[in-house]
Amino acid sequence: MELIIALAIGGLTGSGVWLLLRPRTYQVIIGLSLLSYAVNLFIFSMGRLRSNAASILPGAGADITGFSDPIPQALVLTAIVISFATTALFLVVLLAARGLTGTDHVDGRRD
Amino acid sequence: MDLLLKNIVILPILLPLATGALLFLLDDRLRTAKSVISLVSNLGLIALAIALLASVGADASADLTRTYALGNWPAPFAIVLAADRLSALMLLLGAILGLCAQVYALARWSAAGPAFFGLVQFLLMGLAGAFLTGDLFNLFVFFEVLLAASYGLALHGSGGPRVRAGLHYIAINLAASMLFLIGVSLVYGMTGTLNMADLAARIPSVAAENRNLLEAGLGVLGIAFLIKAGAWPLCFWLPTTYAAASAPAAALFAIMSKVGIYVILRLSLLLVGDGAGASSGFGSALLLYMGMVTIAFGTIGVLASQGMARLAGYSVLVSSGTLLAAVGLGLTQVTSGALFYLVSSTLTAAAFFLLIELVERARVAGADILAVTTEAYGEDDEETDHEEEVGLAIPGVMAILGISFGAVALLLSGLPPLSGFVAKFAMLQGMLAGRIEDVPGPVWVLLTLVIVSGFAALIGMTRLGISTFWTSLEGAAPRVRVIELAPVAVLLALCVALTVWGGPVMRYMDLTAQALEQPHQYISSVLSTPLVEVPGGEAAH
Repeated sequence: MELIIALAIGGLTGSGVWLLLRPRTYQVIIGLSLLSYAVNLFIFSMGRLRSNAASILPGAGADITGFSDPIPQALVLTAIVISFATTALFLVVLLAARGLTGTDHVDGRRD
Repeated sequence: MDLLLKNIVILPILLPLATGALLFLLDDRLRTAKSVISLVSNLGLIALAIALLASVGADASADLTRTYALGNWPAPFAIVLAADRLSALMLLLGAILGLCAQVYALARWSAAGPAFFGLVQFLLMGLAGAFLTGDLFNLFVFFEVLLAASYGLALHGSGGPRVRAGLHYIAINLAASMLFLIGVSLVYGMTGTLNMADLAARIPSVAAENRNLLEAGLGVLGIAFLIKAGAWPLCFWLPTTYAAASAPAAALFAIMSKVGIYVILRLSLLLVGDGAGASSGFGSALLLYMGMVTIAFGTIGVLASQGMARLAGYSVLVSSGTLLAAVGLGLTQVTSGALFYLVSSTLTAAAFFLLIELVERARVAGADILAVTTEAYGEDDEETDHEEEVGLAIPGVMAILGISFGAVALLLSGLPPLSGFVAKFAMLQGMLAGRIEDVPGPVWVLLTLVIVSGFAALIGMTRLGISTFWTSLEGAAPRVRVIELAPVAVLLALCVALTVWGGPVMRYMDLTAQALEQPHQYISSVLSTPLVEVPGGEAAH
């Protein structure tokens, strides 16, 4: 599982950075989305990978070794919401830039 | 009163939040009411900031950190807000800039879009939260709040150049937020906590095999803040964005780059300060050298700028670089001088951005070509559009603008008698403290750079000042309203006040710097945040 997660994060980050550096605004926004997926997986893996483990303790005194860390999961939720909202906002600016400059180049150049 | 004091740490966040939400609900036709609500709320925020400053900074003999457990959950498991001298100072600075920008915007800019006041309020909320929070992930959330508001403000007024600069600004900040998240989660993965004070307590005892990962996390986190602070080579977005933004938005942005500096200052002294064991001093050499290169880059930019707005953007870079290098030095005396410089340079930059628009109003686009044409064909009648101008034209307006411009030039270049000089003098004095033979080489380089950058600012400002005020077209005095001049005057008057009361202000900065260098009081008061006894129920333990 570690290898698959690591490859997924690496692949997403690599594609995300590549697209982020491309000259078209659409590529940039897709790159940012891919990067945010990679980051979300990364945060998740920072709580240590573990399958079939609940994150909520049944009560005080339970043995915590069989449970997964709930905090990264809460962080991921927050990060997903925030990156979704900011990406939506970026999309609006992207469309405005397309309308004002007449091109989808990030610098507004026609080429 | 007691209730107010108990909740004073959370109120600076709640007040702008409530006001901002209310402003978005109100119809745009109620523009006067909206502006009044926003201004009153901002005055309230300033009052809160002053009260907070008085309550944490009143006792000069002891450090006091006011803490607030959100949701009444015990630290370090839940988010804690913590206000110490530095937070209170930054909060007050942000609130003052907010008020000045809003008063300025009353004249013209608030009408350029329905959301101006609401966005300013959310920006203030994000600022207050970022300054007051004691939790790393909560810091991320407040950073996003203030960035989201700043995206709106950067685009306020719309138009091609603004949208183009805004596109770059948003893209780079979204990428920086990703780095922020990677850094935060790495730090969490290695230490198991997000509370800054708890982190400071745990970092010395991190296992040796995890230390490299922890430092990688701190480094990635640092890059995210360096992007916001505008450190070279992460700063190319800054002059363009600041120059393209509308004047009140740019004035507010003057504090945004300082938020990055604030976090770097706080975290580097708290997490990797003297008490951090093997990680002590992590990254400080890098901060020093990066700061020095940033000063050099900003200085070249200042000399190369053709327009005032770009010059102002590059001078923001110079001040960022100076602050970063001062943080990297890690000398208490330099840090206290740097704090003074931070306040002074933020006020100066805000005043400058507001002033630029007023001055540029006199300069028609392509003014130089126009000057030649006018000389060739004789004086034209310039009576045509005078009737359309709304507002009071002040006689001798160019003189007032010129004096303000001169004051900004003095402040930027660090010449006496204004606060720019006091700030730079305090920093240089701190660098040269002790025996002159013991001062290391990098400090001499930094010292030279700081002085040269001031000189370059003087040259750049003089050149632009001469071409604007002495060789401008006759009869083209800009129409400026009192309400637009007042914020500039207030900001400059605050710089004068910083000079006049330099002694008390400097003592406050000294105490702030000492508390930052020795954060055990901050750590212990955050970790022992008192909980409220819930009547009829069990307090969360």
